[in-house]
Amino acid sequence: MGAGHGHRLHYHGHSPIHRAPAYLKIVVLVAFMLIVVATPRDWYPVFGGYLLILLVVIAVSRVPFSYLAKRMIIETPFVLFAVLVPFVAEGPTTEVLGMTVSQPGLVAAWGLLAKGTLGVLASLTFAATTEPVAILAGLRRLRMPDLIIQIMGFMIRYLDVVTAEMGRMIIGMRSRGCDPRWPRHWPTLARSLSALFIRSYERGERVHLAMLSRGYTGVLPDPGRLVHEPHPPTGH
Amino acid sequence: MATPVLEVRGLAYSYPDGHQALFGVDLHVHKGERVALLGPNGAGKTTLVLHLNGILAPGAGSVTISGLAVEKRNLTEVRRRVGVVFQDPDDQLFMATVRQDVAFGPANLGIKGEELERRVIEALDKVGMTEFVDRPPHHLSFGQRRRVSVATVLAMEPEILVLDEPSSNLDPASRRELADILRSLDVTVLMVTHDLPYALELCPRSVVLHEGVVAADGPTSDLLTDEALMRANRLELPFGFDPRTVGRLPHPSVPVIPGD
Repeated sequence: MGAGHGHRLHYHGHSPIHRAPAYLKIVVLVAFMLIVVATPRDWYPVFGGYLLILLVVIAVSRVPFSYLAKRMIIETPFVLFAVLVPFVAEGPTTEVLGMTVSQPGLVAAWGLLAKGTLGVLASLTFAATTEPVAILAGLRRLRMPDLIIQIMGFMIRYLDVVTAEMGRMIIGMRSRGCDPRWPRHWPTLARSLSALFIRSYERGERVHLAMLSRGYTGVLPDPGRLVHEPHPPTGH
Repeated sequence: MATPVLEVRGLAYSYPDGHQALFGVDLHVHKGERVALLGPNGAGKTTLVLHLNGILAPGAGSVTISGLAVEKRNLTEVRRRVGVVFQDPDDQLFMATVRQDVAFGPANLGIKGEELERRVIEALDKVGMTEFVDRPPHHLSFGQRRRVSVATVLAMEPEILVLDEPSSNLDPASRRELADILRSLDVTVLMVTHDLPYALELCPRSVVLHEGVVAADGPTSDLLTDEALMRANRLELPFGFDPRTVGRLPHPSVPVIPGD
């Protein structure tokens, strides 16, 4: 599949990481995350080792680090929370840059930050090297319940449709002098989001009609028969 | 005449909110015909379409598909026989890849394995989209998605193809490509549209639906040149378009295959 399709997370490539089977990547990702989370937070050098492993994987995948760094912005709320912890936690205090902060809080913040960052980076690397369809096929192979896979499939399918619709609504608002960045316009934004919800709901109904029209009886056809196992290791 | 592929008799329908959309529609379409269903917005066209495959159940009257009544117990077979292509391809294409989407209908009919694969490839071949078989639908252009939507229904090998506004939102090239595809299909077509030149180009016969009843039924070129009829039914030709000056028109005679 060519690039330029407006993938949000996937970075087109042919590296060994891209070609590895999706289910294997999922297992490795989950195992890595469990190990990271289970590591006591004061084993500082071990976290350095984890980061090194991740950086090697990223280097092999040839996904530019800046591509991942930009998407790491999703971690911001956790970072903010982590920064707050030393100020609100109790226990013995210590001085950092002239401020009195809680020492256990500082360690907790470090743990949150280190584990969170490793997790986000690992997940982004996984997403950058695995097509959404392949992720679903991998989850199916790992015996994820079919209903959940189907819901995820619909989500992937309609994410772009709904965000494009929202984009058009916001352009429509801007064109008529309402810039949703201003708090004054937030009520309008909220109303348009509810309109978006209703539109999406109605689209859901139309999709359901289209499914009924093609013989849907409440059970989706066995996906095993339908799924084209994407991209054998020889690549495309 | 042989049993019509589509026969609608005295069809009336009110929505649950009390709004009545159809007031006794009579319509029949024979095998091999390409018929345009014309009418202004709100004439009841989409409501009629939703009766053809049993999504809506008539308040009065009946619909039969090649002699089979559209009733609850026949719905599976009815939906195989009637292929509806909805207006928005994003509503029609809901699976993760084109292959899965085209396979959805036949798989619901219990078809599997090689036969399923054959149907998928054949249907995509008819609309010239085989090379996109493993693409996610949302990565296709609008015109390509419309063509795949047609394939999703062709894969069920329907007896009648019902298209809701097939030319809407298409650029002129995609519009012509779709016309070529529709002409090349060996299937009965009912095309709901207010694109009158498109109806003239593709459908020898047209039916005008207005305020929930059939207001006219005849050769498309006759209807489009009847100014009084056009005005009475809120139908207007695009600026500068004169059906009388269009050269070759589709052959008006209905190809009826004996014994079918």
